[in-house]
Amino acid sequence: MSRHDTGGYRGAGLKLLSKHGVSVGDNINVGTEDGEMSGILMPRYESANEDYISIKLKNGYNTGIHVGKIKSMKKLSRSEPAIIAKPPEMAQNKSLPKIALISTGGTIASKIDYRTGGVHAALSASELYASVPELANHASIEPVVLLSEYSENLKPEHWTMIADKVVEKVKSGKYLGVVVSHGTDTMHYTAAALSFALQGVTIPVVLVGAQRSSDRPSSDAALNLLGATIFGLKSEYAGVFVAMHAGTSDDAIACHIGTRVRKNHTSRRDAFESIDATPFALVRNNTVEMQKSEIKLTKRSEGNLAAKTKFDDRVALLKYHPGFDPRLIEHAAKVGYKGIILEGTGLGHVSKECFPALKKAVDTGLMVCMTSQCIWGRVRMTVYDTGRDLLDIGVIPLSDMISETATVKAMWALANSKDAKKVMQENLANEISKCIPI
Amino acid sequence: MDSASLDLKVGFEIHQQLATRSKLFCNCSCEEAQKYDHSFVRKLRPTQSELGAYDPAAMFEFSKMRTVEYHTAFGSSCLVEADEEPPHDISKEALETALIFSLAFHSKVMDEVHVMRKLVIDGSNTTGFQRTMLVASGGHFVVAGKKIGVQSICLEEDAAKLIGDEKGVRKFGLDRLGVPLIEIALEPVTGKSDDIMLVALTLGRLLRASKLVARGLGSIRQDVNISVQNGAVVEVKGVQQLDQLVKVIEHEMQRQHGLIVIAEKLKGRKVDVSNVGDKIEDITDILGKAQSKIVKKILDVGGLFKAIRVPAFAGMIGFEPYPDIRIGKELGKLVTFYELDGVFHSDELPNYGITEQEVAAVRSRLQASDNDAFVIVGGPKDRAKFACDAIIRRLQAAVNGVPAETRAATQDGKTMYLRPRPGAARMYPETDIPTIPVTDSMLNALSDKVPRSWDEMVDSLAKKYNLNKKLASQIFDSNYLGVFEEIASATKVQPTFVASKLTEDLIGLQRQGLDASILSDNLIKDIFAKLDSGSIAKESVNIIFERLMKNEARTVDEAIKAAGVSTINDEELGKGLDKIINDNIAVVKEKGMSALSTLMGRAMAEYRGKADGQKINAMVKDKLQKLLK
Repeated sequence: MSRHDTGGYRGAGLKLLSKHGVSVGDNINVGTEDGEMSGILMPRYESANEDYISIKLKNGYNTGIHVGKIKSMKKLSRSEPAIIAKPPEMAQNKSLPKIALISTGGTIASKIDYRTGGVHAALSASELYASVPELANHASIEPVVLLSEYSENLKPEHWTMIADKVVEKVKSGKYLGVVVSHGTDTMHYTAAALSFALQGVTIPVVLVGAQRSSDRPSSDAALNLLGATIFGLKSEYAGVFVAMHAGTSDDAIACHIGTRVRKNHTSRRDAFESIDATPFALVRNNTVEMQKSEIKLTKRSEGNLAAKTKFDDRVALLKYHPGFDPRLIEHAAKVGYKGIILEGTGLGHVSKECFPALKKAVDTGLMVCMTSQCIWGRVRMTVYDTGRDLLDIGVIPLSDMISETATVKAMWALANSKDAKKVMQENLANEISKCIPI
Repeated sequence: MDSASLDLKVGFEIHQQLATRSKLFCNCSCEEAQKYDHSFVRKLRPTQSELGAYDPAAMFEFSKMRTVEYHTAFGSSCLVEADEEPPHDISKEALETALIFSLAFHSKVMDEVHVMRKLVIDGSNTTGFQRTMLVASGGHFVVAGKKIGVQSICLEEDAAKLIGDEKGVRKFGLDRLGVPLIEIALEPVTGKSDDIMLVALTLGRLLRASKLVARGLGSIRQDVNISVQNGAVVEVKGVQQLDQLVKVIEHEMQRQHGLIVIAEKLKGRKVDVSNVGDKIEDITDILGKAQSKIVKKILDVGGLFKAIRVPAFAGMIGFEPYPDIRIGKELGKLVTFYELDGVFHSDELPNYGITEQEVAAVRSRLQASDNDAFVIVGGPKDRAKFACDAIIRRLQAAVNGVPAETRAATQDGKTMYLRPRPGAARMYPETDIPTIPVTDSMLNALSDKVPRSWDEMVDSLAKKYNLNKKLASQIFDSNYLGVFEEIASATKVQPTFVASKLTEDLIGLQRQGLDASILSDNLIKDIFAKLDSGSIAKESVNIIFERLMKNEARTVDEAIKAAGVSTINDEELGKGLDKIINDNIAVVKEKGMSALSTLMGRAMAEYRGKADGQKINAMVKDKLQKLLK
C-alpha cells in the first residue's frame, strides 16, 4: 500500500489505524488520558511527523493527537464526502472567438480538496468558467490538459511536447490565440524555448501562471488568465509572450516578450519582468495597451510558421563566482556536454585561472558562450584585458541575452543547426536588444 | 423583562491582542502606524467551492467586485501582509503566550497544533482568509465562586483595520493585519446581564493581569452570542466596552423576545410564508411623480422601484411589541447591507412624501387585499434584486422568530444587522505552515510563567506604590497602567496623585464627552515631567488634559501657553498677593484672620494653575498674620 492510499500515514500512526480498521474520511472517537475527542480522520501531509493522527473537529479545526496518548479508538461512521454544490453551469457562447488553453500544471491549475486538504490539478472548462466567470464574456475556451507538473520538473523534452501541441492548435486555424498555463518557476525557460521553436508563429502564444494558488480568494490566477486571454484575442501582433501581474495591485497585466522575460522574485505577483526592455503591452480593463518598444514583432497572420521543436539538453549554465573551480568546466567537457553558457561577472568576465580549462573545452569543440550575472545590460568583452583574452580563447559574447534564454537557445541551436555558434550570435526572436531603453 | 424566564444564554468570544514583539507570521512590529506611506489595490473573489455553496453574502460581495485599497507603513507591514510572501514560522512568543493562557485556564492543550485558513472575503485579510489555530479546549476559571467553562482557546491573526469605505472602494490599513490575537470562547452562561458582565470583566482582568496582552482602545474585542428561549443564536460583533455590553444584552433580549412575539402573532394568523413575494412588480412609474426626497434621489441616478406583495402581513411589519422593535426596522437595516436606503412598507404609508393615491396604485398593481402588506425597495437594478431576495427571506423567517445572523453593536448599546451568519465555518488547512507539535516538556517549561490572579496583581501594585486598593484596581484595569508605572518610577510626583488623575479625573473628562484617545502616553509623560520640574502646578494637570482632549492644543507646551498656566516665581507671587490683600484691606480690618477664605478665593481665581494651591495658602496666611500683628 503506498502512502497515497494510506492518506500519508505511516509508522506508528498507520499501525494504530490499521489495528482499528479506520481509514481517512471515517468519523472516529478517540479516547486519550485527557478525555475524548470526535472528528473526521484527515490525511497527513508528506512531511508531517508520523507519531500523530489528524482529525477535523466539529468546529472545523484540524488537530493532531499523539499516537502514544491514544487509549481507545472507535469508528463511528463512514463520513460521506462533503456535498459541495456544483458551480453554476456557465453557458459557453460558442459563437465567441476561440482560444485554446493548454494546461501544463503548476499553481495556476491546482485546486484544493476541502475535505482532504490535498491539492490536485483541475482545469476543466466548467471549473475554469466557474473560477473566472468573466472569461465567458470574451471567448469560447477549449481547454486541454497536456501535463500536470510543477515547472521545476519540466525538461527540454517537455518543451518539445508543449511546442508540438501549440503547433497543432495553430495549424488548426480555429483559434485567435493559444494560452499555455504553466508553473512559474521555469516559465521563462519554456517561453524562450517556444520563442525559438515556433519562429514565424501566426497568432499570439501566451504563457500564464500564478504566484498564489487559485484556492485562495486573493489568487492572481484569475486576473492573469483573463489578461492572457484578452491579449490572445486582441493583440495585433503574433509571437510568444508571458502574461503576469504588472505590479502588486490587481489592475494591470504585463505581456512580456518570451525571450526577454525573467522571474525576478520568489513570491511577488509581479515577479516576472522584462529585461532591458519595457513590457510589450499591458492589459487593463480588458483592453490591450501597447507600450513604447524598440522591438518590432510581426503582425498576426503575416508570419510563416517554421516549427523546429527539438532540443539538445547537453548544455550547462555555469555561474562564475570567486573561488569557482575550473575543474567544473573540465568535467562538463569530459561527460559529453556540447555547450556551456557562462554567467560571468560584469561585462562578461571569469578569472584567468579558468583560461586553460576554457581553451581546452573550446579546442575539443564545445560551444562556450558568455552572458552576465548582472542580469541587466550587455556583455562587452573588448573593454578589459580579461574580456579580450576570453574572446581570443574563442568564448562567444552574447550581448544582452538573458543567461536562461541563452541556455535554452543553445539547446535549440545544437539540435536544429549545424552551425550553432553562428546561430547563437544571430538575433532570432528578440533575444538580443538593438537598443536598451534608458 | 426577566432574563431567567426568557432563558437568556450568553456566550462570549473574547479576542485579545497579545503584546508580542512581532506579528504572528512575520517579523513586523505590532505597533499602530502613525501614517501610511504606500498603497495598492486588490480584488477578492470567492474560491471555486465557495462559489458553489449558496452564501448570499459572499455572492453579493463578489457581484460588487469590490476594489479593496490597502495602505501600508514601513516597519508595521511587509510582503507577508501584502500576501506577496508566504508566512514565516509562527512567532514562538505568541504560541507560548497562548499556551501559558491555556495552562492558566486549565485547558487541554492540543498535542499538535494545525494552522487553518478561515475564509473571509470582505477585504479585511489580503489573503481572503484568516489564519487561525486551535491551541486548547475545555477548562475553566472562577467568577464569584462559580466555575465558568471555557470552550476553546485559539491563536489567530488580527484582521486589517478598516480606514475608509466609500462607494465601491473599501480601504484598510495593514498595520493591524497579522497581530497575534488570542480568541477565548466561553461556554454559554445564564443569569442577569450584570452577572454576565462580571464574567466578561473577570476574564478581561485575568488576561490583563498576565501583562502578556496589549492594552488600549481596540486591543480587546468581544463577540457575544446571545439567545433566548425558542430563538436562534445571534452573534453580536464589536462590543468594546463593558457598560455597552450590558446594554447590548438587554437590547438583544428585548429585540429577540419581540421577534418571538411577532412570530406568535403570525402563527396565530396562520400566515403561509411561502406566499411572501408571490408577486413582485416594477412600480417605478407609479412613484415617478412622488414628492419624496428619498424616491427622487434614487430616480435621479437611474434607479428603479420594486414592490413585493406580502400576503396576510397587514399591520405586522409595523407592529411594535416593544418600542422601536418591529420587522420594518429590521428590513431597513437589512437593505443597507446591499448599500440601499430606500425601503418602505405598507404599514407606514402614506408617508415620506408618498401619497395615498400612490399607495392605492401600488396596492392595485400588486392586487393586494387589505389583509396583505407590501414592501417597496428602490435602488440600482442589480442591487435591488439582491435586496428583494433578502427581504423575502427575512419576511419568511419572521414566522420563526429570531433569525440566526451576525449583528454589530452600536455605540449606544443597540445592535444592527451586519450580515447573514456564515454556515459551518469553511476552514481548510494552511498548507504553507507545517503542523506544530506541543510536547509535555514545552508545557512544563512554561508552567512557572502562568500569571498570578488579578487580586494578587492589584495587591502588589497597591503595595509597591502605596495606593489604596480601589485606586490600584482602577489604574490596573485602565489603559494607563504602563504609563502610570513609568511616571511613578521616573518622577517624584506622588503615585496616588498620578493614579487618580489617570483614572477618576480622566473618566470625569470623558463623561463630559471629551476624547481620551488623543492623550498619547508621550503627552501624559510630558505633563507629569513638567509637574515634576515645577514648570506647572498640580491644578494645571486637568486644565492641560482638557485643552489637549478638546484638540485646542497638540503639545503640552501649546496647552500651557493657550491656558496661560505656566508657573510664576515666588517673588512675583508675593507681590501679587500683597496687591490682593491691599485691595481687600477693608475686609481684613473687619474680619481679621477670618478674611483668609475671602483672600484665598481671590488669590486662587488669579493664580490657579500658575502656582501650587497649598503654597498660595501658606503665603497668604503668613502675610495676613504679619499684617495683623
